[in-house]
Amino acid sequence: MIVADRKPLEEILEMIKDANKILLVGCKGCVTVCNVGGTKEVGILASSLKIARKKEGRPLEVDEKTLERQCDPEYVEQIRKSVDQYDAVISMACGVGPQFLSEAYPQQRFLPAVNTTFFGGAVQHGVWSERCAGCGTCVIHFFDGMCPIARCSKSLLHGPCGGSSGGKCEISKEVDCVWDMIVRKKMEQGRLADLATLKPAKDWRTARDGGPRKSVREELVQ
Amino acid sequence: MNDLKSGSNLEKVLKAGHFAFTGECGPPKGANVVHLKEKIAHLKGVVDAVNVTDNQTAVVRMSSWAASTIMLHEGVEPNFQMVCRDRNRLAMMSDILGVYAMGVRNMLCLSGDHQRFGNHPEAKNVYDIDSIQLIALVKKMRDEGKFLNDEVIDVPPRIFIGAAANPFAEPFEFRVHRLALKIAAGADFIQTQCIYNMDRFRAFMKRVVDLGLHEKCYILAGVTPMKSVGMAQYMAKQVPGMDVPDSVIARLKGAGKGKAAEEGIKFAIEQIHEFKEMEGVAGVHFMAIEWEHRVAEIAKQAGVLPRPKVD
Amino acid sequence: MSYPANVKIIQVPCSGRVDILHLLKAIEDGADGVYVAGCLEGECHYLTGNLKAKKRVRYVKRVLGEIGIEPERVEMFNLSSGQGPRFAEIAREMVERIQKLGPSPVRVKKAA
Repeated sequence: MIVADRKPLEEILEMIKDANKILLVGCKGCVTVCNVGGTKEVGILASSLKIARKKEGRPLEVDEKTLERQCDPEYVEQIRKSVDQYDAVISMACGVGPQFLSEAYPQQRFLPAVNTTFFGGAVQHGVWSERCAGCGTCVIHFFDGMCPIARCSKSLLHGPCGGSSGGKCEISKEVDCVWDMIVRKKMEQGRLADLATLKPAKDWRTARDGGPRKSVREELVQ
Repeated sequence: MNDLKSGSNLEKVLKAGHFAFTGECGPPKGANVVHLKEKIAHLKGVVDAVNVTDNQTAVVRMSSWAASTIMLHEGVEPNFQMVCRDRNRLAMMSDILGVYAMGVRNMLCLSGDHQRFGNHPEAKNVYDIDSIQLIALVKKMRDEGKFLNDEVIDVPPRIFIGAAANPFAEPFEFRVHRLALKIAAGADFIQTQCIYNMDRFRAFMKRVVDLGLHEKCYILAGVTPMKSVGMAQYMAKQVPGMDVPDSVIARLKGAGKGKAAEEGIKFAIEQIHEFKEMEGVAGVHFMAIEWEHRVAEIAKQAGVLPRPKVD
Repeated sequence: MSYPANVKIIQVPCSGRVDILHLLKAIEDGADGVYVAGCLEGECHYLTGNLKAKKRVRYVKRVLGEIGIEPERVEMFNLSSGQGPRFAEIAREMVERIQKLGPSPVRVKKAA
């Protein structure tokens, strides 16, 4: 899912420094799954902001709400009656949330509480790791189920580079060298010949490089 | 390999069957042309061609194409290096045409160290294509006379294509295959990472020869003299893909205080002598960064002077 | 066994029941300090409850640090249910610490 990290409190407080009454909107989607923007985290952020503002002697009124998702108009609608009463609204959803809210309620100010980072999954409880770069042309079937575009720091299609060491990427021992894994798997499975062919240069048009993207299901559009 | 692909000095030397000897020169961290010319002067006549690095270790320096053209003006043949980190395919093809127009004939296609290492880690990552695709691209431009999109080039660049190989990187068993892929993509010559583990390199070359790769591509063995015990230890521990055996470190230590550099040079000279006789090795790539003033004397002791003149 | 009257005790079945929000709310509502007393590590009746509590206390310390409130106002202590005197000792220790730190900045109104 989409993974995000909460912005530093200092930054969030700076965003709301002129506000006295705010709404904190969480999301039950991806940000709940990665424990950064669900109901619980909304409560924690609300309390943290109130403590900080009390300390300043400028109390902050915070209402809390968690929507099913912030990327669907039907759920975004749910705050229509109350949204105008706030000086600002903080969204704890991924980058999509505050933007959808802004479009639905152009007269209100929507602020992002999190920094959205990558598409990934949980590798252990509490740890999420990047797996997909959204390049628009999935090629993991050529690489035994691993993606070199997202997981190789240089997005090589003919790796590993000379910096791969101990199965780790040259940029950090925390990062696995996906090419080391791909090569070893191919060797184990007797498919090394797959890597002997020249892959053509990637067509980045389907990635963000080609401009902002849209996806349409003709059969559903009314 | 009948007709010359580029007509470069390096190509002619290798084609004539001489043992090639190339050097390396890093451009200045500024527009200090005076210092650059000094370094080039030390290498003139001592080597067949000189590698010009491209923002090496992701540290910003004068561009390799500019330093290469300055080198040409000084009468020394450059091996223009291009990494995949900083340029997309448009800029790459454009620069290849540009350097060729300025007289550059040799080019090395490299991945490049990730910008996280360098002095501008905040920069956007390019890596539009990888080093093997770059090799294939230069070959396409030269042999088909076409851009990557198959449009015809108005006077194609006739470049002698080089690449790097690291016999010691991991997975070790795969390195020969990656080398084979670079050669299949179009590499005319290869320079290896600097070698200290001679046993392991001999094993690597044996596999290279078994696969007949040395007949399709000229392989130059990388040599960098150790300047100190500290340098050896640093390279052994901190540089990924570097194999520095304990015996080498011990040898440098055993030389005594202040004598490590001379011992390092002795070792390098022994290596060069062995490479001259090693099957499959067509030459040596000598990297003595910031030690350019000592290359001539080392070359002399290694018996690689004078450099051959081939028409 | 006596311990200072400034300590209000909230009993839970396991320290693992204490949530980040409980600790934050205590500070928010004006507590000068809040601490969690859990079983000795390795002796949690529910196996890992006290380890979870430890991590949550650490998290709250970080949040307080970000806000500019002394992280020492929140603490984790471990003792066995049989250690009555130690319980009192911890209470005294924490009260002394909080008295040195002074009232919580949340309670002290800044001059307008």
